[in-house]
Amino acid sequence: MTAPAQKRGLAHWFHRRGWSDVMIATPYVWLLVFFLAPFLIVLAMSFATRTPTAPPFSFGGEHPLLNLTGYARLFHDTLYIRAFVTSLLNAGLATILCLLLGYPMALALIRVSAGWRNVLLMLVILPFWTSFLLRVYAWMGLMGSNSWFNKLLTGAYNAVVPTDWALRAIPMMHSNFAVVLVTVYTYLPFMILPLYANLERLDLTLDEAAMDLGSRPLRVFWDVTLPQSIPGIIAGALLVFIPAAGELVIPSLVGDAARPMIGRVISDEFSAARDWPMASSIAVALLVLMVFPMMAYSHYQAKAQHDPTAKGTS
Amino acid sequence: MRDEAKIHGGDTPPPPSAPTPEPFIRIEGVSKKFGTFQAVKDVSLTVTKGEVFSLLGGSGCGKTTLLRMLAGFEDPSEGRIFIDGEDMTGVPPWERPVHMMFQNYALFPHMTVEKNIRYGLKHDPLTDAQRDARVREMLELVQLTPFAGRKPHQISGGQRQRVALARALARQPKLLLLDEPLAALDKKLREQTQFELMNIQARTGVTFIVVTHDQDEAMTLSDRIAVMDKGVVRQIGSPTEIYEYPDNRFVAGFIGAITLFDGTLEQLTGDMAQIALPDWGGSVTAHTLPNLRARFQDGLAAGQALTLALRPEKITISRSKPDVANCVAGVVRDLGYFGKDSLYRVVLPSGALVLVHAVNARRTGESGRVADWEDDVWLSFDPDAAILLDGLHP
Repeated sequence: MTAPAQKRGLAHWFHRRGWSDVMIATPYVWLLVFFLAPFLIVLAMSFATRTPTAPPFSFGGEHPLLNLTGYARLFHDTLYIRAFVTSLLNAGLATILCLLLGYPMALALIRVSAGWRNVLLMLVILPFWTSFLLRVYAWMGLMGSNSWFNKLLTGAYNAVVPTDWALRAIPMMHSNFAVVLVTVYTYLPFMILPLYANLERLDLTLDEAAMDLGSRPLRVFWDVTLPQSIPGIIAGALLVFIPAAGELVIPSLVGDAARPMIGRVISDEFSAARDWPMASSIAVALLVLMVFPMMAYSHYQAKAQHDPTAKGTS
Repeated sequence: MRDEAKIHGGDTPPPPSAPTPEPFIRIEGVSKKFGTFQAVKDVSLTVTKGEVFSLLGGSGCGKTTLLRMLAGFEDPSEGRIFIDGEDMTGVPPWERPVHMMFQNYALFPHMTVEKNIRYGLKHDPLTDAQRDARVREMLELVQLTPFAGRKPHQISGGQRQRVALARALARQPKLLLLDEPLAALDKKLREQTQFELMNIQARTGVTFIVVTHDQDEAMTLSDRIAVMDKGVVRQIGSPTEIYEYPDNRFVAGFIGAITLFDGTLEQLTGDMAQIALPDWGGSVTAHTLPNLRARFQDGLAAGQALTLALRPEKITISRSKPDVANCVAGVVRDLGYFGKDSLYRVVLPSGALVLVHAVNARRTGESGRVADWEDDVWLSFDPDAAILLDGLHP
């Protein structure tokens, strides 16, 4: 007797507001299961002790529960510090280059006719249709000392510089230059798309108003377009900087093996060294480092929404 | 010159259309094509210093394109524009002595009210103190001093409009262009703002060119109006001239309510015309207007197709047959009672519908009204009240 009543109650609940609860809960459950839970596992692992077992860590022993040697090594071993610095510098440089290349492209996207806009947007997204790995290999081919590309650049270089500086080939591969180049190439769409979304919403009559008030086009850009596109710049910069800083594939394939980036170090600690606690410590440190720019962004957004000047007299 | 234009009216012929002691803005044969679409066709007009000049017309009539050409956002395909004697061909917007108040105001959302007003001043060779003084002066002019620190989204629509005006006036332009200045405001605010706008214009003496689709706005704001249709200027004149002495059927029909009747000229004695009007079931008499005589020179003769236009307020409605020449019987089809006045739609025996407007001068009950639904009434008009137009050209 109670079962049908309960069933009706459940159906009733679902139709009244359950469906919206389920909708709202789905992304949170997703994040909980696939992000928070793994993160907690990594966090716990970073406090464990390395053992020659499978899995290669355990709690207890010399350091019951909290083993902080992993974190201590982060500050003592210059390998990690240098890896962090290299990663941040490469990612930072790549972000700035993406911004410098992507901003004019996003601006162009909103200035062209609707037909051209669709074609150009397609071209921006087109590289995603080819495997990322394949595209990195293509760059390796281009940068290698026997490629036509390298030969072309070398020829141009040798034609300009004095003969005793002449090179047989420009050493592009296995350098930070190569890492930054391929990172910029890979992540450029992630800069263009948020910038485009931001710039597209801007009111073009504001540009005309500024021109009308005596500003030349460059001045208009500086005074009107740029300040209004800061949210787009920040969004694009985060989308490029964060994955670029933790990038594994690009530095592994085209980077300088003597100066690894942090993603490579984490990977090596996990697989080659089988030091999972150490790898976890680095991963946690990287995450903490990346949280700061995110916080700065949400702070900026909150500030833009609740402007302090709102408290004016009325 | 505003007052002179406003008091003028009645029977005397209007003053010459362009009182131009010193043409301040001269538009000479300007056309604009967008692809195959001709937005503006061979427009020529002059505007005097200190004048409020309106470009009036429906959407797509070319008025906004003409305004944008004055501001420098569009280049004329043909023709030239002179401002204060200087040819503006090839002069970019940022170098023109012209400022514009945009329809949506185009205030910079990331700047405060004060910074918005100050924006244009940075291009002027002033000291910071002079700039401060000028911004203060502008804030006072539009009564927004307490709101100087607010952002545009924190003030009301009427206040935004005033910020836009202050920003456009801050650099002391020779010419202010206003694109639908009151369109974004609600009706009550619009009336108030209209007077404020005129007040500010009188105080600053800046020449205004106003684009509007709202005839009431144009009638009350302007010294002169250019009525535009399909890229062509159909008539330029004071509000009175446009209303009482329209040049053609388009202008007559566009401004205010009017009923048009097609007729044929039977006889012309002096300026008194006798017209066969089939809709009225006979002949009526009316005075020809100076602009009609000017159009035909001496060629106006019997047999000419003419249009007789009657404004609703110039028709008399009565229950008994009046003792005048121009009268006809009809039946009240519709009646709109507005308190101070009433609007009647009277159907004539020929089937034609006539709009009649009567002021309710005396207090009357429901029964005491001049006429009621389905009542038989007489309509009449004075020979001076009718407008005669060329019947062959729209």
